[in-house]
Amino acid sequence: MSGTRTTRSVMAIAVIAALAAGCGSTGTTTAPSTGTTASVAPASVAPASVAPASVAPASVAPASSAAASVAPGASAAAAAVPSLTPDAAAKWTTSHPFKAAFIYVGAASDAGWTHAHDVGRLAVQTAFGGRVETMFKENVPEGPQCAQVITQLVNQGANIIFGTSFGFQPSFVAAAQKYPNVLFEMATGTEQSANLAEYYGAGENGDYLSGMAAGAATKNGKIGFVAPFAIPEVIREIDAYTMGARSMNPNATVQVVWTNTWFDPAKERQAAESLVAKGVDVLGDGQDSPTTGQVAAAAGLKWTGYDSNQESFAPNAWLTATTYNWGPYYTREVAAAMNGTWKTHFYYGGFNDDFVVMAPFGQSVSQATQQAILAKEAAMKAGTFDPFTGPITKQDGSIGVPAGTTLPVYTTTGLSKYSIDWFVQGVIGSAKG
Amino acid sequence: MNTDLVVSLIVSAIVYGTPLVLAGLGELLAERSGVLNLGVEGMMLMGAVTGFYASQQLGGPGWIVLIVAMVVAALAGGSMALIHAFLSITVRVNQIVSGLALTIFAGVIGLSTYAGQVWNIGGQHGLHQLNRVDLLGLGEVPIIGPILFDQDPFVYLSWGLVILVTWYLYRTRTGLYLRAVGEAPRSADAMGVNVTKYRYVHTIVGGALAGLGGAYFTLAIAPIWTAGLTAGVGWIAIALVIFAFWRPDVLVLGAYLFGALSSLGFTLQAYGVQMPSEIFSSLPYLMTIVVLAGASTTMARRRIGTPAALGVPYVREEG
Repeated sequence: MSGTRTTRSVMAIAVIAALAAGCGSTGTTTAPSTGTTASVAPASVAPASVAPASVAPASVAPASSAAASVAPGASAAAAAVPSLTPDAAAKWTTSHPFKAAFIYVGAASDAGWTHAHDVGRLAVQTAFGGRVETMFKENVPEGPQCAQVITQLVNQGANIIFGTSFGFQPSFVAAAQKYPNVLFEMATGTEQSANLAEYYGAGENGDYLSGMAAGAATKNGKIGFVAPFAIPEVIREIDAYTMGARSMNPNATVQVVWTNTWFDPAKERQAAESLVAKGVDVLGDGQDSPTTGQVAAAAGLKWTGYDSNQESFAPNAWLTATTYNWGPYYTREVAAAMNGTWKTHFYYGGFNDDFVVMAPFGQSVSQATQQAILAKEAAMKAGTFDPFTGPITKQDGSIGVPAGTTLPVYTTTGLSKYSIDWFVQGVIGSAKG
Repeated sequence: MNTDLVVSLIVSAIVYGTPLVLAGLGELLAERSGVLNLGVEGMMLMGAVTGFYASQQLGGPGWIVLIVAMVVAALAGGSMALIHAFLSITVRVNQIVSGLALTIFAGVIGLSTYAGQVWNIGGQHGLHQLNRVDLLGLGEVPIIGPILFDQDPFVYLSWGLVILVTWYLYRTRTGLYLRAVGEAPRSADAMGVNVTKYRYVHTIVGGALAGLGGAYFTLAIAPIWTAGLTAGVGWIAIALVIFAFWRPDVLVLGAYLFGALSSLGFTLQAYGVQMPSEIFSSLPYLMTIVVLAGASTTMARRRIGTPAALGVPYVREEG
């Protein structure tokens, strides 16, 4: 009977499909596209399969030893709109534009992390008009596919390529060696070489302030946090958030639920709902979509967002959020590359150069709380306050950072903000993911 | 065991099982007629994107907008299924190839993503969302209130559909003919049943239900569109039909089991169970594999449920 055979082949396919879905990719090929418009997503938004546990690099490129310890806002404070040299203006024209490419981990339309980067890309386009052609690839998984996408972009003539997620780092390190004439920049990573630079900003400072808003808003002292991946970037933000919350309410706790995805509204909702069921009365998130806020609004709770001003998604729940202002940075870097003055660097922006900006406060944030938050922000700007100054007690009660010590942003030896892998006291949940 | 924990887990099992119930019922109808449609993921995404677009464009009272959006989603899913029906029933191409092609055509690297970009709806916050309806004012009743009487309209619709499909399959003459078409199309044809018509209708209705299942993501779960947001649920729906031995009642239980598994990891995390969360993320998929492996051995022995003509094009042999 052919029926039996068919049933078997059906099952084989369904099993394969289930496996494929489990591995987080329902699509396999990248769709090539050039031009200034959007490219088609190469793969699904299911959880990325690669999430390195630690950023501590095994070997460090020579270039980074000079910048082994970086002060916030080191290469910042530049002029408003960078100008092109006459040579660069002659070289890059509408018929021969400079090509700047961006690789996004999520959708440009995610209303969060990737959206903020895309606003930055558009700022580049606006600043240089026809002299620059910007390209982007969205929903690129953090794995080997990234290397393919880089190759495509190089073949399309990209002069500089920005990667916007930590998991792209291995592909970027390899590509920087393979294509010495192309400039590479990685957000949130640590590796540097002659043509690979790093950039990010002190999001944890903003998260400390968000945490203050959450700590002031909670009535029962229970705050929930919907977190993506257990990597230092996220862990230090949760730590800062918790320390901020406890500065306003010493008994506050922050309960963490991991989603293992940057962007997946259904999973983010499930995680947020599990926290609501547990009885938290304020939600925070480090996700790329505003779903957590929608859950908070539906349950009548308060919410701190992340990445972008997401107030419109849940105005009644909204407290504030850390947001990133990528545009001025991208514009500066592209100008430097066009002028031929680009040098590798480890950029860490902050409040001082408006790289990290607090979103407007929600209506429910009291004047007193706003003033307390603004005072802390001023202290951070003045350099008199850093959330990661000891004494800091770990979740298990041991000393994480001794009194009088402030964690450096990044060092190749010892503990730094870029390598922190433990939660502070007050966090409920495992820092292992 | 904490009752709050159990109740919240059951409620989320129902919420996250509902797209599976809708899409699974659709696939069940198509397969009962002998048409295997592997395009569920693509049809769901088309339903999700068109339903969301409609809900963003239309004016008027929210409940009318949402009903129209659901109809639009069903039409989108149905018209995608029509492509598969034409290819596999009329042209008689291999159903597996045609179904996979449909998922690629309509799916995350295809039409649904393209439509989302052309309509520029990504990142927009939804103007309308199906909220929970406190049925008969019983939503506050402990335990059964939140489970049975405080769900969104999609959930009630899915319950109605399960009852309707069960009754249709086992208690009506048309349902009997449908089963005959899937089991022995030649005999059904000899009885005067129009095999082609039955297969077309049930494939298209199946697609419409898949479209509704997709719209559940953008109209109920989170009112936001992003490419590929169904994230493999369409594939689980196909596996679920096999798991359910092509029976609607078992299908509902299976769907809720998957829904519970997909939420279990988050709930256990919130309750302080320390375990690598990757294990929980993979649970629904592991479950799919285990169930299919189990079902295939049972089936090999007893061959329960599989429509005998599933996947086989019907060719009428003229005397």
